[in-house]
Amino acid sequence: MFLNLKFVISKMKEKTKLQKLIFQTRRDILRMVNNVNSGHPGGSLGCTEFFIALYHEIMDVNKNFTMDGKNEDIFFLSNGHISPVFYSTLARRGFFPVSELSTFRLINSRLQGHPTTHESLPGIRIASGSLGQGLSVALGASLSKKINNDNKLVYVLLGDGELQEGQNWEAAMFASANKVDNIIATVDLNGKQIDGSTDEVLNLGDLNNKFSSFGWEVLQLKEGNNIESIINILKKAKTLTKKEKPIIVLMETEMGNGVDYMMGTHEWHGKAPNDELLVKALDQNPETIGDY
Amino acid sequence: MNKFENTGSKDTRSGFGSGLLELGRSNPNVVALCADLTGSLKMDGFMKENPERFFQVGVAEANMIGIAAGLTIGGKIPYTGTFANFSTGRVYDQIRQSIAYSNKNVKICASHSGITLGEDGATHQILEDIGLMKMLPGMVVINPCDYNQTKAATIAISKHYGPVYLRFGRPSVPNFTDPNLKFEIGKGIILNPGSDVTIIATGHLVWEALSAAEHLEKNGVYAEVINIHTIKPIDKKIILNSVKKTKAIVSAEEHNYHGGLGETVSRILSQNYPVPQEFVATNDTFGESGKPAELMAKYRLTKEAIIDSCEKVIRRN
Repeated sequence: MFLNLKFVISKMKEKTKLQKLIFQTRRDILRMVNNVNSGHPGGSLGCTEFFIALYHEIMDVNKNFTMDGKNEDIFFLSNGHISPVFYSTLARRGFFPVSELSTFRLINSRLQGHPTTHESLPGIRIASGSLGQGLSVALGASLSKKINNDNKLVYVLLGDGELQEGQNWEAAMFASANKVDNIIATVDLNGKQIDGSTDEVLNLGDLNNKFSSFGWEVLQLKEGNNIESIINILKKAKTLTKKEKPIIVLMETEMGNGVDYMMGTHEWHGKAPNDELLVKALDQNPETIGDY
Repeated sequence: MNKFENTGSKDTRSGFGSGLLELGRSNPNVVALCADLTGSLKMDGFMKENPERFFQVGVAEANMIGIAAGLTIGGKIPYTGTFANFSTGRVYDQIRQSIAYSNKNVKICASHSGITLGEDGATHQILEDIGLMKMLPGMVVINPCDYNQTKAATIAISKHYGPVYLRFGRPSVPNFTDPNLKFEIGKGIILNPGSDVTIIATGHLVWEALSAAEHLEKNGVYAEVINIHTIKPIDKKIILNSVKKTKAIVSAEEHNYHGGLGETVSRILSQNYPVPQEFVATNDTFGESGKPAELMAKYRLTKEAIIDSCEKVIRRN
């Protein structure tokens, strides 16, 4: 009885810790883009829970960053424009000082508009931003792990709009044909891109069937902004690795999640809130572990 | 005039294949990828000996470049292989972002460069690839002249950390360089010393340059011949030392003069020591179908064209 209670309390603490991180990450994102009046808050906010789940509950990541990432799980961001959530997550996980978030998109910063290895920012292993390239890169890293007899996994996040880039389907075909089964890809399915909804711009069709017919193990997540659901599905995805099939999670998210006026529209894909709207957004997301 | 013996004509792509095979045996980190042209690239040997380190990606060059970039993470040294056209223009953005900007240790190996690819015609002949690749920050660009040098270059680039573009070709050409000569990236080679004109040639044009120098010598013109296998980083010293002596230079390459070796030479001259220069290169044109020798003659990429350019550049002084 007593042990059970202890377990429940520790679980609650864990949950509270993650919830605090979610609020703080949202604040980071909003403040970063507001400061430079540019950047992509919509997709960043939509993937906040995913990043926190990945970096705090799912991946086995070494403390000291090395480019080779041997014997640790590694992650690639293909849709590089959601760099704010990536940078905040990396900083809050200890890859670089949180204070450096204030340099986002400013001159001489390691936090470029889109992630790059060029400025040696710990946590970043490939430049991304020009879309559609991340899945191929992640596959290469997966193959490298196989050659090295490294049992750890490779994770990659793709935007849904960027699935319109043909290179993804070259990669999808290659992965199943070569039984690359140490990769877990996730698609941020928010249904929105710059010019409107993905349905209006270029309908993606039935992604479940598409990836299934390309030989992937497909998992669907309806609650892509519920951190427990994300943790559960990624844990499930892990159990499906090493079974000769690549794995993809189709994760439905809300663009702009956590800020009422940003939700339900594609308007905040690549636009920063002004000072007034920033205050409104921050009021909805209290400071928890300290602003940068 | 230094004598060079053609020890038997061979294709430079076979030099690549042979170098790669040797690397497979000596360096366990070398991996290779090919986009459905294994035979054309002469990668079969490596593939057979190292099936676990060879990746057939199919007709999907963009994916090949991305996978190569990813393979470097974990310490591999990937060599990608396809035709020069599909190695560069088709995948420019993939190379730019995932390899060059990300500073990945990928060796982009391109066969069938230039017009000597022959009968397939302009869709497959690229005369712009040196320009495309040399414009990318950090990219090393190498265009060896014969079988031996291509083999040596293939092995040498494994020891250089960073992106490299290695350009070679399809036809059999004279094999004349010393097989034991160490390949040094960025270091040109004076094949023949001379005092009246400098001929700086790369790739298939190096043998033509030697033939031209031999002919010129009979007429009392002494040409200095430089084999400039590395176009980037360019060997500035060897160019300037030579033109200070000769006061005239002819650049020769199987490439469009826009963006090619000649333009790099011009920049070095104009910044440091301006002298007249003539270009043996294609003149802002696509290629066409035909036999390699016919095409080289039609597009003026020959010994005769080099001789004419030497005479012209000397007259300009």
